[in-house]
Formats: sequence, C-alpha cells, structure tokens
Amino acid sequence: MTQATTTYTAEDMAEYARQARVRILEAVKHAGGGHVGGPFSAADMLSALYFGVMNVRPDEPNWPDRDRFVLSKGHSSIALYTMLALRGYFPVAELLTFDSVNSRLQGHPDMTVTPGVDMSSGSLGLGFAGALGIALGARANGRDFTTYVMVGDGECNEGIVWEGAHVAARYNLDNVVAVIDHNKLQQTGWTGDSYEHRISPYLGNQLADRWRAFDWHVIEIDGHDIPAFLEAARSAGEVVGKPVAIIAHTIKGKGVSFMEGDFTWHSKVPNDEQFALAMEELGETDGGTP
Amino acid sequence: MTALTMGKPLRVAMGETITDLAATNDRLVVLDGDTAGSTRVDIFQQAYPDRFYQTGIAEMNMLGMAAGMATVDGLIPIVSTFSAFIASRAHDSIRVLIAQPKLNVKLLGAYSGLLAGMTGKTHLLFDDIPIMRAMANMVVVAPVDEIETRSALAAIVEYEGPVYLRLNRGNTPIIFDEDYRFELGKAVTVREGGDVTVFATGTHTARAYEAAEQLVTEGIDVHLVHVPTIKPLDVEAVVTAAQRTGLVLTTEEGTVIGGLGGAIAETLAEFAPMPVTRHGLQDVFGESGPDGALLDKYGISPPHVAAAIKEWVGTRH
Repeated sequence: MTQATTTYTAEDMAEYARQARVRILEAVKHAGGGHVGGPFSAADMLSALYFGVMNVRPDEPNWPDRDRFVLSKGHSSIALYTMLALRGYFPVAELLTFDSVNSRLQGHPDMTVTPGVDMSSGSLGLGFAGALGIALGARANGRDFTTYVMVGDGECNEGIVWEGAHVAARYNLDNVVAVIDHNKLQQTGWTGDSYEHRISPYLGNQLADRWRAFDWHVIEIDGHDIPAFLEAARSAGEVVGKPVAIIAHTIKGKGVSFMEGDFTWHSKVPNDEQFALAMEELGETDGGTP
Repeated sequence: MTALTMGKPLRVAMGETITDLAATNDRLVVLDGDTAGSTRVDIFQQAYPDRFYQTGIAEMNMLGMAAGMATVDGLIPIVSTFSAFIASRAHDSIRVLIAQPKLNVKLLGAYSGLLAGMTGKTHLLFDDIPIMRAMANMVVVAPVDEIETRSALAAIVEYEGPVYLRLNRGNTPIIFDEDYRFELGKAVTVREGGDVTVFATGTHTARAYEAAEQLVTEGIDVHLVHVPTIKPLDVEAVVTAAQRTGLVLTTEEGTVIGGLGGAIAETLAEFAPMPVTRHGLQDVFGESGPDGALLDKYGISPPHVAAAIKEWVGTRH
C-alpha cells in the first residue's frame, strides 16, 4: 500500500464530508431523484479515502500506479461523484448534471465516461468482483497499488459477493481492501416489530463473522470516525496474505437528524422545507443551491 | 459426394492455439471455472501455470474478475467454461462489467449447442447466440472446424473488445484448407449453387455441407454460405448470396429464435425481402444422450438438413 502524502488533516476530511453531504442533497434535489441514505452513510469514509488514504492524481486519472476505488454499492454514485469533484477530478458545478441525459455523472458509475471511476458498477455485487479482478491484475503485472472497494451491507445479500470473497482468500489477495458500509438498512429491508420498523440484514456480529469465516482479515470500526478509518486503512496495509474487510458501522442518512436510521430516506427527494432544514443541520448557512 | 476428413474438437484446437498465441503475447491470461479438463484450457495451464487462474465454480464472479483484470495494463483475459455458464449464468456480469464498458475480454463458450457430451439438459444452452448477439458491443463468432478456430482465435485476440466464441466438444469435420484465413465479420461461400441459398454457422456448417452434397444426386444445387461471425453480420454478403437464388434456408445447431436464422431473416426482411425458412433447434430444451441420437431426435443431422432443404425447395417450385 502506498499512503498518500497529504496535507489534509482529519478535520479537513470531516469538513469535506460535510460539504459532500450538502452537494449530494443539492444534486438529488436538483435531479429530482437519486439516493440519500447510502451516500450519507458512506460520505465520511469516502472523504477519508480520497483525502487521506489513496494515492491518486486527479489531473491524471488513468495514472497506472494509482490506488483504485470501486463503488460496488453503485446506487450511491452521487457520493462518489461529489468526492471526486471535491478532490478535483472535475468541477463541483458539474454535480448538478447528475442523473441527466448526456451527463458524465450517470445514475450508476460508468468507467467509460467519468474521470476517476475505475470500474462500472450498480448491479449489486458486480463491482466487488471487478475490484478483485483489478487486484489480481495488479499482482499479475507486478504493480503494488491497493484496490479499495466499498460494498453495502444489503449488497452482501448477493451471492456473487461470497463467490468473490472465497476466491480472493484463496488467492491471498492482500492488495484489496473491502470497506463494508454496514448501515443496517436496505431499500425495503427486513421487517422488525412492525411495518415501520426495519432491522439490519445482518444481526449482531453476523456480518463480521461471515467475512472472518471466509478468511478475510476483519477490522471493525465506526465508519463515521475518520481517525479510526485512517488507522484501519493504515493497518490494512500491514496485513500480509489475506484480503482485508473493514466492517464500518454506520448510520444510514448520517448527518441529518430526520434522515438518520429511517429506511424511507434510502432514495427520497426532500421537499423544500426538508431541504432547508437539512441544509441548516449540515451547517450550510446560505441554504444550499437546489 | 466428397467425404469430409474428421478433425479435432474445436476445444482442443482452442487450447492449443491460445497456448501458441501466449508465446508471443504476454498480455494473455486465462480464467477457468473448474472446467479446464473439459474445455481444454488445461493445455494452456500446463504451459503457462502463472498466467492461468482457477476461479472455482463461481461464474458470475469469474466474469467480473476478468473485467477487472482487463483494466490493468492491457491484460487480455480469456474466460473459459461451458457456454451455458457464460451466456446464461454470468449474463449480468458480462452485460454490466464487460459489454457496457466494452472491455477486452474474450468469452470462450465450450460444449455449445446440442452436443454437450452426455452432461444433462441444464448444460445445454440453445439460445447462446440470441443472448450474446442481442447484447450491445458484443461480437459473436462460431467457427466450423479446427482450422477456422485457430485463425479466428488469432483474429479475436487481435480485436480490441469483447467477443463470444462458440466452441464444441466432439471431433469435427474439416471444411477449410490449411491456408484459410478467418476474417472477422466476413461470411464465406463454401459451395456455389443456383437453386437455394443455405446459411449455416459453427460446426453445423459441416452438416449443411454434407446435406448439400447429398442433394446433388436429387438435382438440387445448393449455394452454401458459412457465417462464422454472426455479429457483426456480413450484410452485404448475405444479401448478395440470397439474391443469387431468391430462396433462403438457414440451419443451425441452436434455436431458430433469434439465432443465425433470426439474424438472416431480420436482414433480408429489411434489405431484400424474399422467402426464408429457419431450420435448427425449435422452441425446445434438450436432453442428454449420444450425439447421433440427439441429432436425429432434434432433427439436425445431415439427412435432416437435406430433407428440410428439399422440402423448402419443393414448396417454392
């Protein structure tokens, strides 16, 4: 693993994550569609990856030795686009083209049009397999970059995830780090005590236990604790002979009180009142630009 | 009639050829879904163990990993398993990760069509050609014999983009001379005639050839065109060959729905409307059994092809 030489502090990364949430909500509001809950649970980790962990060159997005990132939970594309824009891959203003015809920022990440997107994804589970292939290709060609792949906990329902988990362990792919966004909710999800109550697809330690059972090196953290994520990524780089899964416990909709933990905000466009309230909570004093 | 010489199974020709190609192309890697001994990529495995990746019985993941590998330094992943596990089981991985980004992955579908060596009906995929040719960015190739397989493999490795190559299991009659060169996107006239134009593809072209030779004694002169590249279809050659006789029959070891027959019918309906009939596997699934018995039961042995041509010509004259 090559650590980025960065001047960004954890505080900077938290501020970029805050800005990302603002931009995500603006883009979704502007487009009249898109996901909110998943992008918000991932925002802090994406900020840490792009500003504190990955060795990338935004002005040279196809640099062969760059660390790779695959957003296998591709429905959260706007979170990735926002982070790429904040990191300098393309103008922040372009985020308002999200989900529109001819935009480079399509509903699902498309490696053929978006600078910085290393693998197409969106049909759940597939991006993970692609990421493992990138890692295997890196080994085949003697390149020592790291491939990071973010997988949703709901996405872990897909069988292909476990096909890949098995193969990666058999190949001792220690150049791949899976970040599992364990936000405990899915679009519809698993009903709890009542129709309004939804519970995690993986209860208790089930998700971490499954990855351990597949012989992955598991690190569990709070996915909103940026210093903890940076430390997890650093220690992942020291693991030899095993792929690493960072099980990141997160809150779906994190950052806006009335969205947090509410499965109905999986993909919902805020009305004007909700948007204003969210901007206020996110500390955007000018009210955002829907 | 001239009896055709029996040649190697296409799978063996494939295993030997990719091994030969790898000697001068270090970008070639092979991914196997635990079928190497059947598909014969074990030939490559023994020659290049470091460039051979066993990915287990997990085809969706295998196709996805192949896509990822293709993004690194120009690697050319060759994925090999039975055609049913490529075109059907791993369809979504191919669509999203290989075809949509047009990545340079070669999909080698072994045990295609009806003759899958007594395996069982789940391994028989009659609609691989329709599935793969309907997919944007995908090239679909079905060679007839070992000579064409060798030449086609060199061509598809040269071509930058995803290709589905249809291969068979059993020994296969040889149609072409050693100096034959496959050209991607080109149809080939195998036999000239004036009564009816027959289009065939893959190893089934050899059966169509035998049928055409049988029909000489019955006074029917078949113009036989082999269509090794089903997509992109050689529209100009198809139209020219069809117009030569004004009467067309397609025949294939695959479903008549959307396969070669579908492609020819679509093309002629648009550019040169004329009577067309589609012979091949009808709207059915298969079963296990010896090759000869299967060809007979499903009506695609050379005598069946000859009978179909004779009947079609009879109804039109």
